[in-house]
Amino acid sequence: MISLKNVSVSFPGGVVALQPVNLELRRGEFTVLLGASGAGKSTLLRSLNYLNKPTTGNIIAEGLGDLNNRKVLHQHRQQTGMIFQQHQLIGRQTALSNVLLGRIGYHSFFRSLFPLPDAEQRIALECLERVGLLHKALERADCLSGGQQQRVGIARALAQRPKLLLADEPIASLDPTTSTKVLSLLRRICREDDITAVVSLHQVEFAKEYADRIIALSQGHIVFDSAPENLNTSTLESIYEAPKNEGGPSHPVMASPALAY
Amino acid sequence: MENTFDEFLIKRRHEWNNTAIKFSLVMLGVLLCSYYVGLFDISRLSDGVPSLISLMGEMIPPDFSQAKDWIKPLLDTVAMSIAGTALAVTISIPLAFLAAHNTTPNAMVYRVARGTLNTLRAVPELIMGILFVAAVGFGALPGVLALGLHSIGMVGKFFAEAIEHVDEAPVEAARAAGATPLQVIMHGVFPQVLPQMADISVYRWEYNFRASTVMGMVGAGGIGFELMGSLRIMQYQDVSAILLVILVMVTLVDSFSGYLRKRFK
Ligand SMILES: Nc1ncnc2c1ncn2[C@@H]1O[C@H](COP(=O)(O)OP(=O)(O)O)[C@@H](O)[C@H]1O
Ligand SMILES: [Mg+2]
Repeated sequence: MISLKNVSVSFPGGVVALQPVNLELRRGEFTVLLGASGAGKSTLLRSLNYLNKPTTGNIIAEGLGDLNNRKVLHQHRQQTGMIFQQHQLIGRQTALSNVLLGRIGYHSFFRSLFPLPDAEQRIALECLERVGLLHKALERADCLSGGQQQRVGIARALAQRPKLLLADEPIASLDPTTSTKVLSLLRRICREDDITAVVSLHQVEFAKEYADRIIALSQGHIVFDSAPENLNTSTLESIYEAPKNEGGPSHPVMASPALAY
Repeated sequence: MENTFDEFLIKRRHEWNNTAIKFSLVMLGVLLCSYYVGLFDISRLSDGVPSLISLMGEMIPPDFSQAKDWIKPLLDTVAMSIAGTALAVTISIPLAFLAAHNTTPNAMVYRVARGTLNTLRAVPELIMGILFVAAVGFGALPGVLALGLHSIGMVGKFFAEAIEHVDEAPVEAARAAGATPLQVIMHGVFPQVLPQMADISVYRWEYNFRASTVMGMVGAGGIGFELMGSLRIMQYQDVSAILLVILVMVTLVDSFSGYLRKRFK
């Protein structure tokens, strides 16, 4: 599905957030990235669609090519849905408009200045229905609860008809009950549509329950990569006992301004 | 213990002394300036009082007999303020995206755009009015061009600031969904700043209406032209009537714009 060859990411100022990794993500697999805060989960996840451009190495998307190529990257982003910790909706727009944002990558700039065709609106509505929010379609996003906003975020990602789904701590700002709902929904949809998913979490319990495969990170290194049942207490200790990386931003920081690509 | 307390007290006293010195310096500057411009020249001021009173006397009662002739100039003024604001907003939007550091294509363009805005803001609209009257002749057109061009300086700057304060999160979401840079601006940034842009535009319209009442004084059309005419032939009863009409119009425009702006919240 997507393979990483010697990919590392460093930030200006010299922080190596991700040490060189070689990784192969397989089609249809539900992978959880596990690690303490600052371990490099967001960095790895965001490199998978070049929101964080790797400093070294290459990322190859199956059937498309090397993401270094602008055209390849555009196609890859079209078919890669992303779900964020803070849902990242435009608060004053309706849920439907926010979901439609997932479709604009498929249209030219000029075409996207006008209302998208009915077929596209239908796709968006269908996605809202799947996350159980069809009745909220015309409500402003900032009038929805946290869990509902996160589901609109999922609908937006689904509207892209993605082959790959990236979710960066999608449940970090939700209560445990809502978290379970959101994660179950995510996994069910990925199963039904054969979507490859990479989800970062910091809760071991959730990771064990939902993952097909767990990749654990510690200080930018992959320290574990296997099925959840192979995760034992000693590996868990090595994930969480390592000294925490203090001082860095706990939220993913925008690495580039809006016009960067 | 006592000693550490003393340290705090000494520091505090120093701070107070510093503030007092700064305040005295500012006051001294203000007094010097006032003296320099003759604000303390009591005899000259008191000589002015009788002529001011007689002038006021000549203004009363306001004479509305010419009111019919003011309707067209008033409409000109309204049209000038609306067209001028529209011109300013139209040019400001693209300029603002170039002058906002999160949407500008590069540092050079950013500096040129910011420089343009500063220059336009620095030239007063009356001066621009004089220049445009010389260029395109008397009437509402030079007024519109002057108001529009000068307004870009402020409208563009405020637009750019609104753009710089957008929530980056949905912008990133748009980029992740495969939107091109232009689409990111159109669908990630623009919807977020739209209410602020509307608010700034209406506020500027209100300002431009007030400004367009004086544009006539340099020959750039509108009610100010009538005002100037009456002043020149010393028809002070007409002058006071026109001023009252302007006051009413400004109040109307202000409350209408206040109503509009509340709706953008
Ligand atoms: N934009 C950035 N600039 C500089 N350092 C960053 C940036 N983003 C993340 N980092 C650093 O990279 C490391 C990994 O961060 P991150 O991938 O966000 O960890 P996680 O998502 O596991 O909490 C941290 O030390 C963090 O401080
Ligand atoms: Mg993170």
